[in-house]
Amino acid sequence: MRVLAAMSGGVDSAVAAARAVAAGHDVTGVHLALSKNAATHRTGARGCCTKEDAHDARRAADVLAIPFYVWDMAERFHEDVVEDFVAEYAAGRTPNPCLRCNEKIKFAAVLDRALALGFDAVVTGHHARLGADGLLRRSVDLAKDQSYVLAVLNSEQLGHSMFPLGDSTKEQVRAEAHARGLGVADKPDSHDICFIADGDTQGFLRKHLGSEPGDIVDGSTGEVLGRHDGAFAYTVGQRKGLALGRPAPDGRPRYVLSITPVTNTVTVGPAEALEVTQVDGARTVWIAGEPPTGPIECEVQLRAHGRPAPAVVELDGSAMSARLRRPERGIAAGQAVVAYRPDPAGDIVLGSATITTAS
Amino acid sequence: MAYLDHAATTPMLPEALDAYVATAREVGNASSLHGPGRAARRRVEESRERIAAVLGARPSEVIFTGGGTESDNLAIKGIYWARRPDGRTKVLTGAVEHHAVLDAVHWLGQHEGAEVVSLPVDHEGRVRPDVLAEALDDTVALVTVMWANNEVGTVQPIAELAALAAARGVPLHTDAVQAVGQVPVDYAASGVAALTLTGHKLGGPLGVGALVLGRDVACTPLLHGGGQERDVRSGTLDVPGIVSFAFAVEHAVKHQEQHSQRLAALRDELVERVRAVVPDAVLNGAPTGQPGSRLPGNAHFSFPGCEGDALLLLLDAQDIAVSTGSACSAGVAQPSHVLLEMGADPLSARSSLRFTLGHTSTRADLDALITALPPAVDRARRAGMSR
Repeated sequence: MRVLAAMSGGVDSAVAAARAVAAGHDVTGVHLALSKNAATHRTGARGCCTKEDAHDARRAADVLAIPFYVWDMAERFHEDVVEDFVAEYAAGRTPNPCLRCNEKIKFAAVLDRALALGFDAVVTGHHARLGADGLLRRSVDLAKDQSYVLAVLNSEQLGHSMFPLGDSTKEQVRAEAHARGLGVADKPDSHDICFIADGDTQGFLRKHLGSEPGDIVDGSTGEVLGRHDGAFAYTVGQRKGLALGRPAPDGRPRYVLSITPVTNTVTVGPAEALEVTQVDGARTVWIAGEPPTGPIECEVQLRAHGRPAPAVVELDGSAMSARLRRPERGIAAGQAVVAYRPDPAGDIVLGSATITTAS
Repeated sequence: MAYLDHAATTPMLPEALDAYVATAREVGNASSLHGPGRAARRRVEESRERIAAVLGARPSEVIFTGGGTESDNLAIKGIYWARRPDGRTKVLTGAVEHHAVLDAVHWLGQHEGAEVVSLPVDHEGRVRPDVLAEALDDTVALVTVMWANNEVGTVQPIAELAALAAARGVPLHTDAVQAVGQVPVDYAASGVAALTLTGHKLGGPLGVGALVLGRDVACTPLLHGGGQERDVRSGTLDVPGIVSFAFAVEHAVKHQEQHSQRLAALRDELVERVRAVVPDAVLNGAPTGQPGSRLPGNAHFSFPGCEGDALLLLLDAQDIAVSTGSACSAGVAQPSHVLLEMGADPLSARSSLRFTLGHTSTRADLDALITALPPAVDRARRAGMSR
C-alpha cells in the first residue's frame, strides 16, 4: 500500500513509519506544521511543532530513506482546534484538543488530502491497536494507551488508518528506535497541550478571552466565597488555584462543581458533590459494528487517562447515556465518554460521544 | 530521474570538477609568502583574470565570496554603510528580488535606519525604467534590481536602469546569479556598479561566488580579518573552489549563445507540450519567443485548482524533480512574493510550479515530465486547494 506517515518529530511516529516501511509499504513522511509562528527550538517537553521537531522528523525520514514533506496545516489547526478550544472553555466546557485534532486534522484534512493524492492510508504513532477486524483496542501499554483520543474516529476513517505501535510498550518502541538508528530514540515524551508551550492554560485562556471577574459561590448555601478572573479558566473537579479566603466550615477542601458562563459564576463544594452516576453525551460515533438498540453492559472512560468505570450504555439517535455502576467524580462537559467492551486481547472501543451533562 | 530544477542548482561541469579535485590535492594558502603559497595565489589571480575577461570587468573588480547570498549582502549593506554618512539613506529595491536581497534590504530598514522603497513590477515581473526614474533622488544610497528573476525568469532592463541611476550618481547593484551563462552579461557595458554571481548555478561548485565591484564604489566590509579581497572581504581564499568556479564561469559565458539557443528550443517545446496536455495551464512571466526578455531555461506555470506542493510531491514520486519556486521556512511553502507582486491572487500563486532546464537537460526529461504531468494534475486537482 501507499501510506502517508504523519511524523511529529517524536519517537513514536518515527518508529510507526519505520514499521510501515518494514511491512513493505510504500511510505511517504509528512510533518504537519501546526503553528503559524513556529518557535526555533523546543522548550521543555511541551510543544510539537517547532522547527526543531520538523528537523527531527526529517532526519528520521532520511534514516528510513523515505520521501519527506512538510504540510502547512497551521490555519486549519488554528480554526478547528485552537479556536474551538477557546470557544469551548468560554462556554464552560472542558475540551480535549488532541481528540479534536484527530477528528478534524489528522484523520480528516490530512487523510482526505492523502487519499486524494493517491495514498491508501495514514499511519501514525498513536498507542492503540487496530486489527484486521476493524476493531479499535487499547494499547498493550495501558499507561500510554491513546484509544480514548481516537475513539472519535468513524469506521471510514479507521478503515484508512494504521497504528503499528499498539502491540508494543513505550520501552519497546524506544529500544526499537535505538536499534534502527533513529536519533529521536531518547527524545522526551511530549505532554499537555502542544499549542500552549509554557503549559499555562489559564494564562492562555485569559490572553484569548480577556479577564472577566465574577463570583465563586458555595453550591449548597449560595454564599459568595471569593472572586475569580474569568469563569472560563476553571474546570469541573479542579481544586487548586481557587484562592478562597475562607476555609469550609468542616475544614475539608472544596472543588469546582460547575461553571455557569451566563452568570459568570463558578460553583464550588465538597468532593461528594462532584459525584455523578449519570452521564449524557451527544454526537455519538459508534465504531464496533451496528449501534445497539437496547441498553448494554460495558465500561466507560470519562477523561483522558481516566480509569474505566462499569456502566450501562444506551443510545438514542446521536445521543448516548451512561448509567454508572458506581459514582465518578469531576466529570466535565466537553470531554468524551468512550464506551469499551473489556476483552483479554485488549479492551475494544465501542463508541464515543461528547459529554453534555453529568448528574 | 528527470532533473528539472537547474535554477536551484545545476550539475558541475566535469572539467570544473576535475579542476577542483586537482587543485584540492595541492597545499597552499594564497596569503602565504613561500612557494606553495605563491602557487596558490597564482591560481587565484589567474582565476580572477579569467572571470574578469569574460564578464567585461577588470581583475581588480572581482571579489571572491562564499556565494550569491554573501555577495548580495556585501553589496547592499556595504554600499549602504559607505554612503549613509553623506545623508543617503534610501534603498530602492525591485519588488521581486530574491530573499538574499530583500531580507538584507529590510534588515537595513529595521536596524540601520534605511528607508526602503520597493519598486513595483509589471505583470511580467519587470521593473519599468520610468518607475525607477520617479523614485530616484539625492537621498538614495543604492538601487538593487536583479538581472533575471529566479522564479519566473523575467530579464530586467538592467542597462537602462543602471544608466538612470548613474545619471543621479547612484550605484546600482544587480543579482545576476541566474543570468550569467543564460543571457549576455557584460559588467562594463551594463553600467552597473556591483554584480553578484555564484558558482553552482553555472556548473561550478557550491559555496563560492563573486561580487564584481567597481573600483570607485565605496563598500564597507561585512567580514573583517585578513583583508584578503581588496580589504572588502576577509577570509582564507578557497583556492580549489575559485579555480573550479573560474573554469565554469569562463565556459558558461563563452558558450552562452549556443547553450541559450539549445535551452530555449527545449524550453519552448516543454511549454508547448505542457499546454497540449494541460490546456488551462498558465505560463507566468514574459512570453517565450522574445529572446532577451526571459531566461531560456525557465518555464513557470500556474495549474488552476492544483496546489503546487501536491504536484511537486506527485512528480517527485515519479522521479521528476521540480520546484514550487517559493521561499521555504522549515519547508513550509509560502505563496510566492514574486507572483503576488506580479498581480497574481494568492490562490494562483500557490498553484504554481517551476521547470528549469540546464546543460544536462534532454528531450527525455521532457518526455518523462509530459507522461507524468497529466495524471499528477488530475490527482492534485481532486485533492484541491487546502486552506
